[in-house]
Amino acid sequence: MANIKLPDNKKKELKEVCAKLNNDPGELINALHAAQGLFGYLPAEVQELVAQEMNVSVAHVYGVVTFYSFFSMTPKGEHPISICMGTACYVRGAEKVLDEFKKLLNVKVGETTPDGKFSLSCLRCVGACGLAPVVTVGDKVFGRVAPEDVKTILEEYNN
Amino acid sequence: MAKFKNHILVCAGTGCRASQSELIVENLNRAIEDNNLGDEVQVVRTGCFGFCEKGPVVKMMPDNTFYVQVTPADASELVTEHIVKGRKVNRLLYVDPDSHKVISDSKEMGFYKKQIRIALRNCGFINPENVDEYIARDGYAALGKALTEMTPEQVIKEIIDSGLRGRGGGGFPTGLKWDITRKVKADQKYVVCNADEGDPGAFMDRSILEGDPHSVIEAMAINGYCTGASKGLVYIRAEYPLAIERLKIAIKQAREYGLLGENIFGSDFCFDIELRYGAGAFVCGEETSLIHSMEGLRGEPNVKPPFPSESGYKGKPTNVNNVETYANIPVILLNGSKWFSAIGTEKSKGTKVFALAGKVNNVGLIEVPMGTTLREVIFDIGGGIKDGKKFKAVQTGGPSGGCLTEKHLDIPIDYDSLLACGSMMGSGGMIVMDEDDCMVAMAKFYLEFTVEESCGKCTPCRIGNKRLHEILEKITQGKGTKEDLTLLRNLSYVIKDTSLCGLGQTSPNPVLSTMENFADEYEAHVVDGKCPAGQCKALMQYVIDPEACVGCTLCSRVCPVDAISGEKKMAHIINPAICIKCGACMEKCKFNAISIQ
Repeated sequence: MANIKLPDNKKKELKEVCAKLNNDPGELINALHAAQGLFGYLPAEVQELVAQEMNVSVAHVYGVVTFYSFFSMTPKGEHPISICMGTACYVRGAEKVLDEFKKLLNVKVGETTPDGKFSLSCLRCVGACGLAPVVTVGDKVFGRVAPEDVKTILEEYNN
Repeated sequence: MAKFKNHILVCAGTGCRASQSELIVENLNRAIEDNNLGDEVQVVRTGCFGFCEKGPVVKMMPDNTFYVQVTPADASELVTEHIVKGRKVNRLLYVDPDSHKVISDSKEMGFYKKQIRIALRNCGFINPENVDEYIARDGYAALGKALTEMTPEQVIKEIIDSGLRGRGGGGFPTGLKWDITRKVKADQKYVVCNADEGDPGAFMDRSILEGDPHSVIEAMAINGYCTGASKGLVYIRAEYPLAIERLKIAIKQAREYGLLGENIFGSDFCFDIELRYGAGAFVCGEETSLIHSMEGLRGEPNVKPPFPSESGYKGKPTNVNNVETYANIPVILLNGSKWFSAIGTEKSKGTKVFALAGKVNNVGLIEVPMGTTLREVIFDIGGGIKDGKKFKAVQTGGPSGGCLTEKHLDIPIDYDSLLACGSMMGSGGMIVMDEDDCMVAMAKFYLEFTVEESCGKCTPCRIGNKRLHEILEKITQGKGTKEDLTLLRNLSYVIKDTSLCGLGQTSPNPVLSTMENFADEYEAHVVDGKCPAGQCKALMQYVIDPEACVGCTLCSRVCPVDAISGEKKMAHIINPAICIKCGACMEKCKFNAISIQ
């Protein structure tokens, strides 16, 4: 893995967060949430820093990061797209919507477009089942999405 | 609340917020200002009303007018017409799909008629970000009563007598759990709220936390008093940002009012609550996994015993209950165990909240007395199947539950009867399926979930589920054999019998229940090479009806692989060997001559 130079101010901020958590190993998951919030993802360099601050081994941190789907070791696109694959959305046609995104963006699930603009992922239920099928782009929720709507959604972010 | 003449309640749950309910609030406030009504009308952001299908929902008080599918553009009309002129805005009222009558009072709607709201009592009534509104509805009175008038033993007895069982799915008697934790001697004990609602398609806990967070906080404090714990922890999914925010606000307000902290209600009892975040792992709903996750570890389960009530968080006695279970506690103490146990069936007391979703007309959050039938839930409350299709199955209990069919529609919903017919109560997800849903594909969908979410600690779950998924994949590809069906069944039982935790012990349920209730559908896949629901692409065949085809040639022109041949004005034929089943021909045919077989 290529070495990434972490900006000093963010490193400092992360250390402060860890100190606030009393550098207690039991707070590791909270520390990782904060780290992902700061850096957008959790590359090896960030995991090393968290390990050092939280008094656990890097292997332990890596084990936790890879266990939970919320943590990502690859950077997300500028506009992260998530298709809800919860059961309610699935029976209302989420798979077809996902296929359309894959086709138009030409990426697989878990990948980011070469220009770094969009990344595509699946998630399990945002709890807006009344609007199924649901797609989220960043913090915005799109409800009752049909495959035909996918193009319009992407255009909204392409300008 | 008394100083305002009118209140406008706007749903600010996740679903309605996704449909711009926040902008509706803004526009309403502006319209109120424009009409100089700031002293008389107040807009309140509430929790979920439950009727998500018709969201965003706006309710006018005191006359109880229920407006549905409101848009931000409707806000000023609601103020000028409803509030100023006293005329209802008819076009935004709910129309009963059967009688076509306009219904303005929610109590008269089919969706609400059969519901009894106990756990959801405050959702959609109060502003969840204002502790005073909770207190105005008897909030924290149960905690006061427990601390000042009752001993921990008396409170526990009341809970045991009420017959309340764990609402997270397990169904263990709540009072008994508290009693076990109370009896264990330790210098420190913990009370945990399991808000890791991972079952896809379920949003009961989220709605309670978003709509009535104080009820959970109050119940956790009561639990702490009973078990002798001074610390509470809420383990909540990071995917629920709104619930987290509301919970944080509620905890802060409770501390300011002295309802959390030192010497609550002037007693010796001290109690405080902290939040712990999940990070997207379904297995963390299992209590030993949850505890590991709170300790900053991988969320892998432990062999029980020891149970968390003996040795849990940091090795100390820990009482874990689910959000909905907690939400029931304060009312039970206020109204008494007799009141609660009068509702429901012999062995399942009270109500249950369900997230009704899928192919049903009224998707939403509902709360019904135990013993209500599936038919009442799906057809009376849910308004029947979408687009006039035929009911096929209902899935309860999420990835751990099973698919029930037509013949189960009249069984009363309770813990034991659902188990008896091969499903389970689960946390309350209820997904309705119609004739277009293939049950083999459905089982495969759930297995996909389980394979992804299996923590990998024990072999049967880690490898067994993967094999189950592969066999199902093979069947949906049309390559399955009858031997595969036997293998599928046998392997399912092995996984159930030998897995370490609840996840593996229940993960084959969707397979077994669909095999049991839809045996002919599995047979059709492996023997006839057909998918009766027409969902499995590899088994579909597009056919042109020679009677209906007029030979317009449109289909052969849109076919991207030239699989359709035929002379002009003569019936056309699709060559199945070339056809890629894209469906373009069927979409274009103006004579409905093309069908899937």
